[in-house]
Amino acid sequence: MKRRVVITGLGTVNPLGNSVRDAWGALCAGRSGIGPITRFDAADFQTRIAGELKNFDPLQFVNKKEHRRYDDFIIYALACAEMALSDAGLSIGNGTAERTGVIIGSGIGGLRTVEREKEAILRGGPRKISPFTIPGILANMAAGHVSIRFGAKGPINCTVTACAAGTNAIGEAFWIIQRGHADAMIAGGVEAAVSPMCVAGFNAMRAISVRNDRPEAASRPFDRDRDGFVIGEGCGILILEELSHALKRGARIYAEIAGFGLTSDAFHMAAPPPGHEGAVRSMRLALQDAGMAPEEIDYINAHGTSTPLNDLYETQAIKAVFGPHSRSLMVSSTKSMTGHLLGGAGGLEAIVCAKAIDDGVVPPTINLDHPDAECDLDYVPHQSRKRDVRAALSNTFGFGGVNAVLLFRKFTQ
Amino acid sequence: MSIEDKVVEIIMEQLDVTKEECVPEASFIDDLGADSLDIVELIMALEENFSIEITDDELRKIRTIQDSINFIKKKKGLLS
Repeated sequence: MKRRVVITGLGTVNPLGNSVRDAWGALCAGRSGIGPITRFDAADFQTRIAGELKNFDPLQFVNKKEHRRYDDFIIYALACAEMALSDAGLSIGNGTAERTGVIIGSGIGGLRTVEREKEAILRGGPRKISPFTIPGILANMAAGHVSIRFGAKGPINCTVTACAAGTNAIGEAFWIIQRGHADAMIAGGVEAAVSPMCVAGFNAMRAISVRNDRPEAASRPFDRDRDGFVIGEGCGILILEELSHALKRGARIYAEIAGFGLTSDAFHMAAPPPGHEGAVRSMRLALQDAGMAPEEIDYINAHGTSTPLNDLYETQAIKAVFGPHSRSLMVSSTKSMTGHLLGGAGGLEAIVCAKAIDDGVVPPTINLDHPDAECDLDYVPHQSRKRDVRAALSNTFGFGGVNAVLLFRKFTQ
Repeated sequence: MSIEDKVVEIIMEQLDVTKEECVPEASFIDDLGADSLDIVELIMALEENFSIEITDDELRKIRTIQDSINFIKKKKGLLS
C-alpha cells in the first residue's frame, strides 16, 4: 500500500494578508488585494497595478544583515516556512533532520536583485556589484535558506516551472514522502517579481491587465471583460508529513494529499492549446494517482488567470474530465482576489484547498459580473459558500506548457 | 567625523553589530561573525565612503577593525 501524505502546517504571505488567518478571512469575504504599484515608479508603464504585500515587516523574520543580503523571495519563504512549522508544531531535531526535506519552487528567483545589480554595473562598473548578487538571484536559494535556518537535511529541490512551480514543488514533495525518501517535507512556492522588468515583460506579451483605473476589478477570471492577469507577489508553504509520522506526534491534520498529475503540452512557449488536452490529462492523472472518480471531487481551485485563453480552455478541459459532474462542481479562481503569484500561486492555492476542506467553505471568484458565454460552470461568483468539500483539485499551468494538478481530500483514517 | 568613527559606523551597519563589539582589535570573522562575502561587501562600502580602491591582495591582509583603519589612513596619506 502507498504511504499516505497529510498536511499539518500552513504559512503564507500574500496581497490579502501576512498570515493564513488574515488571508483566509479576506478570501472568504471576497476582498481584493490588488492596488497601484508602489514598489517602483510605474508611471510610464502600460500596467500600473499589482498585488503587493501590505505591511509585511521582514525584520520579524530576518535580521538587518540578512535583510540586506537576501532577495525578498528568500525572505518571504523564510517567513512562511517559520509560520508553517510553528503551525504544525514540528521541530526538526537530531533524529528527524535527515528525513525532513525542502522543495520550494519559484518561477523567476531574485529578479529585483538582477535589476538592482545590473544598474550598479551600469553606474559604477563591474566592481560595484554586490557579492550577494548570485546567491540573491538563484531560484533554489529559498529552499536553501529554509533548510539552513531550520536544519532540514533531507531531499532538497527547487522547481522552476513558471506559474506551475509551487504546485510542482508540492507534488514532488508528496511523491518523495510516498516513495519513502523522507517523512516530512517543507514545500510550496514563492515569487517576488513586482519589478520593472517583470511588468514590462508581461506587458510586451500583452498578458496582463491594463485596467489601471479600477485595480480591484482588474483580475476577473471567466468574465467576458477580462483583459489579462494581474501580477501578485507572495508565498505559500505547507508542511507535508507521512501519515503515521503525523499521527504519532498528535499533529492536527488539515487534509490529505492524495494525487498529483503532471503533463506537458508540447505545443507553445506561452499559450495553451484549444481544449487544453494537457490539462485534461493532468487532472485525470491526479484522479488516477488518488484512485478516485471525478464524481468525488466537490471543488476545483482553478488556474483561472483572467486571460482570455486560459479561462476558456480551462473550462473546456474541466468539462472534458468531469462530464455531467462539471455542472455540480464548484470552481473558483482565488486569483480574482490575490492576483497571480506566478511561482507562488501553487503554494497559496494549495493552502486555499486545504482550508476549504478543513473549514467547509469555498472562497469565491470575485468580479464575475458578466460571465463569458463560453465559461458556464459554477464559479462561485462574488460570495464564498459554506459547503462540505470532500475533495478538491488545484490546477496550475505554466509557460513552457507545464500542467500541474494536485488532489486534496478530507482526511479519514 | 574621524576616520575611526566613520569606519565603526559602517561596520555596525554592514555587519549588524553594536558599538561595544567594535573594539579596534575585533576580528571581522572571529569576533564580529562576518563571512568572506560580508567582508567583500564591507570593503566595498569602505571604498565607496573613503573614495579609495582596495585590491584583493590588500583585502586579505585586513583582519581587524584596526587593520582597516590603518589601511585607509595609509591610502589617504595620513600614515606612513
